[in-house]
Amino acid sequence: MPFIANTDEQRREMLGELELSQEDLFGDIPARMRSGPLKLAEGMSEQEVRQRLAELSAKNSTHLTCFLGGGFYDHFIPAAVYALTGRSEFYTAYTPYQPEISQGTLQAIYEYQSMICRLTDMEASNASLYDGGTALYEAMMMALRITGRNKIIIDDSVNPIYRVMIESYTRNLKIELMQTHSQDGLANRQAIYECLDDQTAAVIVQNPNFFGCIDDFSDLAEKVHEKGALLISSCYPISLGILKTPGAMGVDIATGEGQSLGIPMSFGGPYLGFMATRMKYVRKMPGRIVGETCDGQNRRGYVLTLQAREQHIRREKATSNICSNEALCALTALIYLSLLGKEGFKETSQLCADKASYAFHRLTAIPGVKPHFKAQWFYNEFVLDLPGEATDVIGRLIEKGFAAGFPLSRYYKGMENSILVAVTEKRTKQEIGMLAEALEAVL
Amino acid sequence: MVPKRLYYTRDHEWVRVEGTVATVGISDYAQQQLGEITFVELPAAGREVGQHGTLASIESSKAASDVFAPVAGKVTEVNGELESQPELVNQDCYGQGWICKLAMSDAGQVKEIMDAQAYEKYLEGLE
Repeated sequence: MPFIANTDEQRREMLGELELSQEDLFGDIPARMRSGPLKLAEGMSEQEVRQRLAELSAKNSTHLTCFLGGGFYDHFIPAAVYALTGRSEFYTAYTPYQPEISQGTLQAIYEYQSMICRLTDMEASNASLYDGGTALYEAMMMALRITGRNKIIIDDSVNPIYRVMIESYTRNLKIELMQTHSQDGLANRQAIYECLDDQTAAVIVQNPNFFGCIDDFSDLAEKVHEKGALLISSCYPISLGILKTPGAMGVDIATGEGQSLGIPMSFGGPYLGFMATRMKYVRKMPGRIVGETCDGQNRRGYVLTLQAREQHIRREKATSNICSNEALCALTALIYLSLLGKEGFKETSQLCADKASYAFHRLTAIPGVKPHFKAQWFYNEFVLDLPGEATDVIGRLIEKGFAAGFPLSRYYKGMENSILVAVTEKRTKQEIGMLAEALEAVL
Repeated sequence: MVPKRLYYTRDHEWVRVEGTVATVGISDYAQQQLGEITFVELPAAGREVGQHGTLASIESSKAASDVFAPVAGKVTEVNGELESQPELVNQDCYGQGWICKLAMSDAGQVKEIMDAQAYEKYLEGLE
């Protein structure tokens, strides 16, 4: 089935009108750069395609009881979320090119922005970015722009996937990226202060951090501001129901992964990057921003605002090349938060902490299983040391039906026996008990 | 409108020289082209800039334009009024809409740019 709408007849007509041949159109492309026939497989019938896709999806393990975290969590998604986001006017809509006509879309994004500000205690949010990792990268670029400096300090308690992304992006730019080693599961103040100087644009941390540890960056914020630098924190939104917010800590740019707000894990995406900042930096923020205003008849309306930051106006001097957002995912987050409401959200947040605490006690009661950090305040994730190699234990637990935790040796040297276990409100007491039994059995 | 005692650049900035102090703004032609100005990004005091280096940035509803320094120097003062009233650049671009003052590093550079007469001629050529 052709994807180009023109028929052969129409092509002949157009070329005839222009008095050109097909060859004339492509003549400027050197012969050596032209593609030959593509080596594609024969087309399949619908039934064959369905069969093939079913074979592929059968390779997924969707039945395992999930204790995996590391930035992406198995939270409960109410059916109402799917019912609403599945509506074709939301599900199939592309980003509007004449935004002001899509008042409904703009209002939804404006409400999403408002919710992000409330969650983080910040003053301005954008319409969303692609995911938590790129949001963190964009925050870093924002800090470089605001300060005009070129040094970034990032602690290795920040999600390792995000750190790899930042390294990839900055490798070929004139940016000095310094990584500090976390200390006792927390961002290493001493190491950070040693690197911090008046050439530092920003310090990047995460809360709760990759190990699940809770931190208060107020002290860090003070020192960072003394040097005229910015503090960037990547946060786990569900935790903001009960933990101290980035805004309250003095963080300048708060980013994070919004997947836990009603979006399924889906093997890596689509996800939702959020970013919020202080009003004084709003003009340096990338991405779309929806603003509220009045029309000619004084009725409330919504627009895309501060567009002079964006590349369709600023071109190479734009704050970023992003000219889109994760509209459907942002809408999902908005619906999820609206459904839960303040009380429901707080309850969910508390349940995660409580269940994790319960799981921690059940699992560390097993002989040979120890907490990795001496004294760890954790939110809903914690690191356990096993008496043997973690990947081995995890493999055996998969056979018993559990995705028991994440092997930290993949990203951290010297942690071959450690696993990161996450517990959400979705895990039952029974499931936790069964994991404990299974773990004890395989050790 | 092209005040006689000022000097002008091809990018439509004007400069008024008083001793070693240069006051910079954008011309009437420029403010008309930009349309309603919504924001002026002022430089930080103390910032050093070369001749024709980027000094400031002006946003209107349809564009964001850089303002270039007509002469090299160090920013000594910025027009804080523009933070709350960017429209001053539209209303009084040669007076209350001034952008910043520079301590010139080379007063001779003024000779390299256009005087009022040359600028008027230049504007005619643009039409």
